[in-house]
Amino acid sequence: MIITEVAAQATPAMQVTPADWPGGYWWHWLFFSVVLIVFMLGMVMGAIYIERRGMGKMQWRRGPNRTGPFGVLQPVADALKVLIKENIVPGVADKVVHWLAPVIAFVPVAMIFAVIPFQNGALLADLNVGILYIVAISSIATVGVFMAGWGSSNKYSLLGAMRNVAAVVSYEIPLVLAIIGVVMFAGSLSMNQIVAEQEIPYILVQPMGFLLFFTAACAEINRSPFDLTEADSELTAGFHTEYSGMKFALFYLVEYAEAIAMSAIITTLFLSGWKGPWLPPWLWFIIKVLIVFFVMVWTRTTLPRVRIDQLMALAWKFLFPLALINLFITAIEIIVWPDASQWIFVIINIAIAAVLVLLWSKRFKTGWGRIEV
Amino acid sequence: MKFEHYGIGILKGLSVTILHLFRRPAVAQFPEYFLNVSRRTRGNELIWNREKCTGCATCAKSCPQGAIEIVTATNTVDNKYEVEKYQVDTGYCIQCGLCVEACPYDALFLGYSYERAKYRRNDLVQSDDALLESPARPASGYFHPEIAEKLPRQTLLIEKVAEKRKK
Repeated sequence: MIITEVAAQATPAMQVTPADWPGGYWWHWLFFSVVLIVFMLGMVMGAIYIERRGMGKMQWRRGPNRTGPFGVLQPVADALKVLIKENIVPGVADKVVHWLAPVIAFVPVAMIFAVIPFQNGALLADLNVGILYIVAISSIATVGVFMAGWGSSNKYSLLGAMRNVAAVVSYEIPLVLAIIGVVMFAGSLSMNQIVAEQEIPYILVQPMGFLLFFTAACAEINRSPFDLTEADSELTAGFHTEYSGMKFALFYLVEYAEAIAMSAIITTLFLSGWKGPWLPPWLWFIIKVLIVFFVMVWTRTTLPRVRIDQLMALAWKFLFPLALINLFITAIEIIVWPDASQWIFVIINIAIAAVLVLLWSKRFKTGWGRIEV
Repeated sequence: MKFEHYGIGILKGLSVTILHLFRRPAVAQFPEYFLNVSRRTRGNELIWNREKCTGCATCAKSCPQGAIEIVTATNTVDNKYEVEKYQVDTGYCIQCGLCVEACPYDALFLGYSYERAKYRRNDLVQSDDALLESPARPASGYFHPEIAEKLPRQTLLIEKVAEKRKK
């Protein structure tokens, strides 16, 4: 009976906005909460497998291949191992902060998925300020990371956490400015509406925005080459040095859930979300998320870690001016040619993006001279 | 205008890593595959020739780890040393090969073995007849070019030296 109710509810929820929110709201809420948790955990498992296996292959090794066929059960084995490990808390740690930090890091990441549309209207809450909500919520995870660094009473933890805060504060700006270009083209802040407006994927209309967003997103979630927070050659493990057992597992989960969330946001904003021929929309969405995640793994394998001054220089001297210019160009295009075909903007914007990247990489300098990228 | 400095370097690196996806991995999966080791390798076992050995204990003196223990007695009839006990603790052996190089009578060789993990340290101690050469324990060509010459020629390319374990 419940299943039929849910199915009946799921169908009208396919509209852009659910028509009868008060009536079917709780079924909608329950259904999508379960779906989102299952989706997140499943995707994290898949992401860990893709990352370890893909990185292994790209580094000319095999990657995990012992547990199950082709090692697909490796994430399960890791999870089981970490679940039964002893939970060690340092004697001088701030116990409450140390205990709360993984939870505070985890909850915002889980909340991001609430506004990600799986297909037309299939999302937990179709907020009309969806992308703003994501920007606001995703920054809270940093508080969790900083609490972890502070609560551990360890110099490496604190250094890692401070680097994380510095990176997030700096990269939030190009990230948001890159989003605004998309929002101006779509004319809406709602994630579902942004996907519905994309006749051609915005990666073509906003190539500069995509590059900026991808770079800033990688820095925001501490993935290589910007993983200074847990630079293991300098800071042992950064902010989670003193964590073990289930708390460490939560941080591990956060790391990959953030990567999946950022992939989902990139998919929604730039790769036309659930749109696609032949396959069902939710499948298109998952495929695109995995492709974006694979590109993250690819860049992680290829690029070496940057220094902290290079990280800051990249944010403030490279991404920030480019994001501002991109924003102005987008605004001018929308005001001057409101009715022009988007294919014209595709050509213009790709050309502008190429010229801007070339110009700015020529001008780009860090404290000790040129960085050659 | 050199494009090396304008992001092309990143693209080159990305192409290298993506091409590795389709290459054969450069590693042999150990328990199933094992490396066909070099014919001049320094293995974890000593091969001892009882006939050539005079019991001079040069090997024991040259061993930096003190892993070789040799006990001799005087044979007054033949006017020579009689080896009563020749014992090697391979748990201490660092596979340096100094004993083989030191032996003035070419009575000592190194073996090929490298899979000698045991549960007890005592199991790593080999003595007397356990040290003799046998088909299961051939002598390596290390410091003995006359042995290395007779062994089949081999390549050390990773694709060629990995063999599937028969079982």
